[in-house]
This record gives sequence, C-alpha cells and structure tokens, in this order.
Amino acid sequence: MPESLLTVAYLFASVLFILSLGGLSTQESARRGNLYGVAGMAIAIVATLLHPRMTTYGLSAGAVIGGAVVGAWLAARVAMTAMPELVAALHSFVGLAAVLVGVSTYLNPGVELTGGAHAVHAVEIYLDVAIGALTFTGSIIAWAKLKGSLSGKPLLLPGRHVLNAVVALTIIGLAIPFAMAPGATALPYLLVMSALAGLLGVHLVMAIGGADMPVVVSLLNSYSGWTAAAAGFMLSNDLLIVTGALVGSSGAILSTIMCRAMNRSIWSVVFGGFGAAEGAAPAPGGPQGEYNIIDVDDLATACRDAKSVVIIPGYGMAVAQAQAVVASFTRKLRESGKTVRFAIHPVAGRLPGHMNVLLAEAGLPYDIVLEMDEINGDFPQTDVVLVIGANDIVNPGALDDPSSPIYGMPVLETWKARTTVVLKRGRGAGYAGVENPLFFKENTRMYLGDARGSMEKLVAVL
Amino acid sequence: MTLAATAIAAVIGFFAPSELVQHLTVFILSCFIGWQVVWSVTPALHTPLMSVTNAISGIIIVGGLLQAGTGGSSLPAILGAVAIAVASVNVAGGFLVTQRMLRMFQK
Repeated sequence: MPESLLTVAYLFASVLFILSLGGLSTQESARRGNLYGVAGMAIAIVATLLHPRMTTYGLSAGAVIGGAVVGAWLAARVAMTAMPELVAALHSFVGLAAVLVGVSTYLNPGVELTGGAHAVHAVEIYLDVAIGALTFTGSIIAWAKLKGSLSGKPLLLPGRHVLNAVVALTIIGLAIPFAMAPGATALPYLLVMSALAGLLGVHLVMAIGGADMPVVVSLLNSYSGWTAAAAGFMLSNDLLIVTGALVGSSGAILSTIMCRAMNRSIWSVVFGGFGAAEGAAPAPGGPQGEYNIIDVDDLATACRDAKSVVIIPGYGMAVAQAQAVVASFTRKLRESGKTVRFAIHPVAGRLPGHMNVLLAEAGLPYDIVLEMDEINGDFPQTDVVLVIGANDIVNPGALDDPSSPIYGMPVLETWKARTTVVLKRGRGAGYAGVENPLFFKENTRMYLGDARGSMEKLVAVL
Repeated sequence: MTLAATAIAAVIGFFAPSELVQHLTVFILSCFIGWQVVWSVTPALHTPLMSVTNAISGIIIVGGLLQAGTGGSSLPAILGAVAIAVASVNVAGGFLVTQRMLRMFQK
C-alpha cells in the first residue's frame, strides 16, 4: 500500500472517530455514532496490516483474536452496576499497551536516527512510557477501589506532596541521560523511570477519597487519551495523535463537569485527601433532632394523592439492586395518570451518566429522566419526592451552611416540594461523611429500611 | 498566559524539527475539535461516551501491529503482540459494551 493511501485511510478513520463522539449528542444518533467508531477502527487496522513494513501476520492475528474474545466476553457479562470497574480496567489497558509499544519501539525503532532527531525521538518514547505507566497503575488502583478490594479511604502518607514532587523531578531528570545515550543502550533508565511513574500513579490515586472516584475515573479517561497521543508522536502517526487528543479532551471535560457539580477545584481532587476526617468527626453544630418516620401505608396514600412525583436515585439504589422495583413502581403510578420523573445529579452514581444507564436498563424511558438543571425549578410544583439511596446530592447545607464540607456544591432542591420522602437504610452520614439537615426538616419523612425491600412493600400496597 | 503561550510557541518554532511541529499542529487542532464535540454530548450518555472512548483509545493497537509484524519473533515483536492483545480487549470490549448500553435507552 503506498504511503499516501495509508495516510488517507488514517485520515478517514480520524474523521469517523470524530463523528462517533459527535453521534452521542442525541439519543437518536448515538447508535449510529458507535458504528462510525467501529468502521473507523476497522479501516485503521486493515490499512495498518497493508503497511509496507509488515512482513509477518501470525503473531498479530493470534493476539487480535485472543484480545477480542476476552473483550467480547467482558462486554457481554458485565453488570451495569459494575460499569465503573470495567471502564477503569480498560483505561489501565491503554496505559499498559502504551508502555509495551514504547519499550518495543525503543528496542526496534524501524528507522536509524542520529544526533538531534534521535534525542527528540528518545524523549517521545520516554514521555509515552511515563504517561502510560502512570495511567496503568493509577487505573488499577481506581479499579480496586471501585470494586471494593481497596478501602475508599484516602491513604495520606506524611509529606506526600514532597514525595510526589521528588519522584516527578527524578523522572524528569532521568530523561536527560536517556535522551543522550546512543542507540538503544539506555534501556535501564527507561525501566527505572517506568517503575517510578507506576509508583507515582499508585500513590496519587491511593490519596484520593471514595467520594471523588467519579472524577478520578474521568481524569484517568483523559490520561488514557494523552497516552495514545504521546504514542502518536512517538510513532509519527497522526491517527493516534487525533484519537488521543479526542479522548484526552473528552476525559478533561467530564472531569470539569464532575468538579463543578461538587464545587471542587480539579487540583484539590488530584492532590487528594478529601473525605478523610469528616467520617470520624461530624461537623460541629450539625443538625440535631428527630426523624419523622413514615410507614408504608401512609406513603402509599401520599403517592395515591399525588399528581406529580419526582424520584431522585443515588448510588444506594444500585447497591440495593432496587432499579427493577423502582421501575415497576413508576409504571404503576404512570398508569394511574400521574406525572413521574427522575432527577439526576451529575455526580449521582460512580461514573458520569451512571444513573441514566441503570434506569435505562430497568426499562424506564429516557424522556422522563431529567438533569439537575432541567428539573430544579419544578420542585415547588411537586407533591412527593422520593429520595432513594442518595444523600449528599440533596443536602441543603450545601447552599446555606458555610461550615459544611460540601458548601457551594449545587444540589437538587427537593425540600421545596410539598413532601420529601427519604428511603434510608439507617442513620449514618453520606458517602462523603457529611450530616444532612434535609432529614430533619418538617416536610421530610423518613422511610427506613433496605431500598429494595421498602420499595417492594410499597408496590405491594399500591 | 498569552505571553507564556507565545514564548513557548517561539521556542518550539526556533528549535523543534519540522516534523514535530506538524504533529503538534494536528494535536492542538484535534484538542479543539474534541473540546467542541464532547461538550455537545448529552449528559445522559456520559457513560457510553466513556466506554466508546475506551474503545477508540484502543487505536494504540496500530503501534502494536507495526512492532509485531516487522520483528520476527524477537523481544520487540513479542512486546508488540502483547500490546495488540491488550488493546484488542479495549476495542472489542469498548464498542460492544457501548452498543449494549445504547440499546437499553428507549423512549
């Protein structure tokens, strides 16, 4: 295949990837978008196989088939509640692949380079391996935290910022002898550096608390993109650069959205530590008082009398596996002519958009699932709000209590509705360890118990 | 900010090889395209967005293919083959799980 034809094929694939992301702007075009992505990938792979440098295919074919079978198996069996773990695992794979390709390219660059060009190429390899190693280990830690194999509590080593700075400076310092060394003689530098970058990835993510995981996953999404872009520079391949830049910006935007929704700066998330102390010592002067308990019969009556109902789901709903029963509750109310809508806070769940997927899986139509900004103005006209497994995202302290650790975070203003009913397992604080004054308001009723069991009882009475 | 950007641009313009500058052009413009395109993605589809970006970042498979297809059975080729296997998990897993999720969204 002539060089220009290959370049044109890569250009075509780049355009298809852009259209693929663009397709996700509406529900109607989303599936077509995904197919554009598949087409782009197929074109890129076929064109590469026809590259003049390719001489053998056996090894590659075996690797492609093996990987694809594993990927297909993962995609078919993953539970939607476990999507955050899958996404984190796939980020780590991009990092690992970049490290492997980087080391391989160093050992067999394919072209002979000398002098300045060799040094520039060496720096490109170095950068690719550094970002790749950091993404790889950081994503593994994120995966383990999301899975629950590691505690969500941040690990705060003494002097951790100094530690990070020293490691980062060492990585930068090692680049100089590495780039100066002729040929492929400086492999030890590359390996030591990738170990250091890997440790940095572990340490950075270990220091981040469980409440910040949605941002971390978005950030690692971004890193995986920058990794691919760095590989593109290393291989002089514009397709990798374009794709990496697209993915990198996508992750950066998701991180920005998540941070805005939590009123946090990206730096305070990256350098971690949030959610370490609050769980142990509730904020002083926090709300005191008694819960107003409601039982299932009164709640059923309230639902029957209501015209307009809003449901606010949180990750607790997914943990209790209550989506299906929430869906049948919704259908029941809608059949009797009531308006039922869902209100989604941007950080509900463990992944951007996680709640929307869980509700879609339960068979709820997407046009009754609204974003925070779309529905916040409607609470004064709402009769009953059901809060299921959510806490911090409905905390009025975020708006009116400057001493609250989550002060300034935009929240769903459910207390403006006539009655808010909170389904809650017990009396503990939220995921971020913050006390919630909503539970003590006079128009709030607490319906205690496991979310799934409670909803099943409610549906049975209705 | 603008001053710093101008200074960096000047340094790159004076010292960097022209091939690097070309790649840099593609990179910066792609970042702007990505920024524009992704802000228009509906928040309801942010999880499929993440899984589809998982899939397309598997494009690193191209790097693995070039390394595995040219080096016989040497160490660089084997490293390349492992990279291919890992990246194919992303490609297949990412696109298939995205399709699975998008099918769930019904009106």
